[in-house]
Amino acid sequence: MFNIERWQEIFETISKNKLRTFLTGISVASGIFILVLLLGVGQGMQNGISKEFESDASNSIWLYTGVTSVEYKGLNPGREIELSNEDYDFINKKNEKYLEYKSSRARQRGVVVTYGEESGSYGVEGIFADFQMIENQDMVSGRFINQNDIDVRSKVAVIGNKIKKDLFKKKINPVGEYIKLNDISFKVVGVFSDRAGEREEDRVFISSPIAQQVFNKGQKISGLSYTLKPEEDFKTAVRKSEEFAEKATAYIKTKYIIAPEDNAAIEINNSLEGAKQFYSLIFMIKAFFWWVGICTIIAGVVGVSNIMLIIVKERTKEIGIRKALGAQPMSIIGMILHEAIFVTAIAGFTGLVLGLVLLELAGPMIQTDFIANPSVDFNVAIATVIILIFAGAIAGFVPAWRAVKIKPIVALRDE
Amino acid sequence: MIEIKDLHKSYQTGSNSLHVLKGIDFNVQEGELVSIMGSSGSGKSTLLNILGMLDEADSGSYFLDGIPIKNLNEKIAAQYRNKFLGFIFQSFNLITYKNAVDNVAMPLYYQGVKRKERLEKAMHYLSKVGLADWATHLPNELSGGQKQRVAIARALASEPKVLLADEPTGALDTKTSYEVMDLIQGINDEGKTILIVTHEPDIADMTKRIVNLKDGVIIDDTIVVNQIKALANV
Repeated sequence: MFNIERWQEIFETISKNKLRTFLTGISVASGIFILVLLLGVGQGMQNGISKEFESDASNSIWLYTGVTSVEYKGLNPGREIELSNEDYDFINKKNEKYLEYKSSRARQRGVVVTYGEESGSYGVEGIFADFQMIENQDMVSGRFINQNDIDVRSKVAVIGNKIKKDLFKKKINPVGEYIKLNDISFKVVGVFSDRAGEREEDRVFISSPIAQQVFNKGQKISGLSYTLKPEEDFKTAVRKSEEFAEKATAYIKTKYIIAPEDNAAIEINNSLEGAKQFYSLIFMIKAFFWWVGICTIIAGVVGVSNIMLIIVKERTKEIGIRKALGAQPMSIIGMILHEAIFVTAIAGFTGLVLGLVLLELAGPMIQTDFIANPSVDFNVAIATVIILIFAGAIAGFVPAWRAVKIKPIVALRDE
Repeated sequence: MIEIKDLHKSYQTGSNSLHVLKGIDFNVQEGELVSIMGSSGSGKSTLLNILGMLDEADSGSYFLDGIPIKNLNEKIAAQYRNKFLGFIFQSFNLITYKNAVDNVAMPLYYQGVKRKERLEKAMHYLSKVGLADWATHLPNELSGGQKQRVAIARALASEPKVLLADEPTGALDTKTSYEVMDLIQGINDEGKTILIVTHEPDIADMTKRIVNLKDGVIIDDTIVVNQIKALANV
């Protein structure tokens, strides 16, 4: 391997057989190049689709209450079910092991929000500090409602980006300004944006106790929102979230005497159910690209093997001459493999680098929602190059071995 | 230099067995220039291949400079070929993508001689065969005679004990043949042992001893009294 004489011999052979070397190199380099592009685009599609689905934290569970639809234990359908702070506390306490972030929601629709001359009608939600994580909201400026706001019952509000655009002129930063919610003054502490877009940005968030107080809700809340603790794998995550949803609804249905089969009274929105389809879509995409990629590698392996066969065939006479001049069989095999590995390695890495550079340059220019940030796992790419080199070596070894086994007199026989 | 006793060789062709060498007894002293003659199928090339360790006999003994050549594995056969023997072929067998001097240097590469020394030695032998000016030419830029001279320089480069030539003039015209023979005679005059397989009587007459083979046995082994100098006939 580190024999300078051997390297000189190989470089000499390579430089004197440019076309052969070039063709081998092209087939290897193009194989790797195509594979890198495929994997890159596959990853890009995954990134793009992930981004589309990212608007809510993917393991969140939302619980809404509604109106009963089934007669049960002598109670008529049509009862409105409303949860209270007590239920929220009880569910939290019972299911602590599942929960990561939690918040109740006390919703009031059609609240008139006023700033100076401008006013509009928006929904207001009373929430807890965790709600920011559950909704996966980004702050444009200022901060979200925090625990302190809740503890000291301060009248502070976080408004959506759309409300800011509606009520505040561009030049004014709403943070620190006062707005009125149904004539009650609130200080704006932050502006949020939602990745899902404007339809999620026309809301005002205030702390839950304040909301219950100013909208005369007493202890009533309109729903619960949670995210569950992250799990190692998707299956466990789904199982845990189903378990939790089961327990929470069972508790509510017992307490409010709701028929077990009545799904209108309590609605559970488990984002993992949606994520399931999303994950299987990503899985399909990845599987497809892997399949294409593996086919490309197989084509590359076959190509390299083919070229090795031809090279050895072409060199049979040369091998005979070298043997007659006193070459050891292993030295000939070593020489052929050394050359093959050297050429495939150089070509493979060239293809790899070209592919990566193209992804790097073209990646940012792709302006579609479904491909974002195409990139390749470098380890995968390196592994592929090594597989190709290894395949080339194996493919070269067999014919080289056979060629060396041929007696020199046979190899040198005049045609 | 070469001692052969009761050498037998047969080839299997399908179900038939072809007995090519049927007990050859044959000695060559150092410094001899021997031609092995015979019609095609007489077994002369097979004998040369066995002498050259390119092929192995079925039975009989073969000593090269006192060393028994028997049951060699590939590795040792390669070593012996490299150290003891120089080959000259009818079709030259130069490596097509290497220039003249690199071709001559090939056996030295397998002796582990360093590149610089290798090329110096190769140049020395190339000028010995009168081709110093053609050192960087590829084989396909050389004439047949020149190619054979490069091949002779290559055979000499490893400083072997014996040169084995298989129809060295078979692909050359008469004039060039004699030039090549003149070169071989010159090398022999310096003391090198040389065996030539040929079927051309005029070439055989330029050697010092003619061995005639027929149907796998030696029928005639005579010392040439009036060795013809090739130069006189050019």
